[in-house]
Amino acid sequence: MPMMNMRYVMVDHLVDLNQVTELAGIRMSGGRASIGAMTRQRDILASPDLLSVAPIFAEALQQVGHIQTRNRGTIGGSLSHLDPAAELPGLAALHDATVTLSKSGSSREIAIKDFAFGYMTPCTEPDEILSEISFDTWPSGHGYDFREFAQRHGDFAITGVGTLMALDATTRIERVACVLIGIDYQPIRLTDIERDLIGQTPSEDLFRAAGEKARERDMMEDALVPESYRKQLAAVLLRRSLTSAAARAAGQSE
Amino acid sequence: MTEPDIHEVTLTVNGKTYCESVEARWSLADFLRHKLGLTGTHLGCEHGVCGACTVLLDGHSVRGCLTLAVQANGCAVETVEGLAPSETELNPLQQAFWDNHGLQCGFCTPGILMTLTEFLRDNSDPSESEVREALSGNICRCTGYQGIVDAALAAAAAMRQSD
Repeated sequence: MPMMNMRYVMVDHLVDLNQVTELAGIRMSGGRASIGAMTRQRDILASPDLLSVAPIFAEALQQVGHIQTRNRGTIGGSLSHLDPAAELPGLAALHDATVTLSKSGSSREIAIKDFAFGYMTPCTEPDEILSEISFDTWPSGHGYDFREFAQRHGDFAITGVGTLMALDATTRIERVACVLIGIDYQPIRLTDIERDLIGQTPSEDLFRAAGEKARERDMMEDALVPESYRKQLAAVLLRRSLTSAAARAAGQSE
Repeated sequence: MTEPDIHEVTLTVNGKTYCESVEARWSLADFLRHKLGLTGTHLGCEHGVCGACTVLLDGHSVRGCLTLAVQANGCAVETVEGLAPSETELNPLQQAFWDNHGLQCGFCTPGILMTLTEFLRDNSDPSESEVREALSGNICRCTGYQGIVDAALAAAAAMRQSD
């Protein structure tokens, strides 16, 4: 809607999906979560079934816009709009989600890493809609953290980071996923950093080094924010996010 | 120019039923102001940032500028005109704004009142930080927010007492 208000987008036809109730709802089954495209951000925030196994959704969604926009905004809308700084595409990337694209008579599934075709452009065909997103939830008790830097609460993030982490019995990192938003045309999973962290014991030095490695990536630059600023934010936010996720995985509050 | 795309919409606004024809492109805020004459709902930025156009749609606060009038078909809309119990009285939230200097120029006030109407229905005993977060989607350039926050907390206290 803001894109139309600002005349960035002029449409020949507009189809309102609000009446298609089948597209809304959250289903949990066998360790997998499926969220219908028209599920509102507000309803995700009010879903104990989802938040109890994927608490990062609560932490991230509280930073998505404001009450008034979360009351209308949907997960399918957020994924399809594909703003580089949007939190929900970042969470989808973090969970290696699968996106279902449907058209009359058929549907196909696509991995989230293949979903973005370009800047703010998903690979949805003209006769398709995004109908659902699904992903495997992480084991109970996993650590998580979502944080971002924006000029005001609810503004688009300049840079943001999400982390999921599970520790083994000897408190070494057994599994970890990190994503950066706002630095490229799509959320960027830090697979090289994740690989380096596996098997390591959480420590300040380890997470500082991970942050410094994140700084090495090329990042977007725009009229307001130079690349160096995004790199600095990425390094600091990743270090803090890993530290917080590790503490939660170890059962300590922050 | 192509022919305007006209739709019939039926909705209630502050409990009164309206049946009107409206162009598909019209926002709910424009519809309220120009079709129904309810000019209490203000338009500031017209792209979802300032919150001046906030109204309640089936009980939930929404941006009037980011909702099409046709999307409100069959819905119950509440606007600032519906808050006061009569022409000579204010409701507890409005009274608290009066008492606590919660407004100066008043342009943003209708949107803030509607945001807080929903917020205080969901949370009758909010903390100051919860009030400030709830107000994050409404921009006021006069007050510095302190009077608005005070008013919200005072309204919550008054409404708890009257329950």
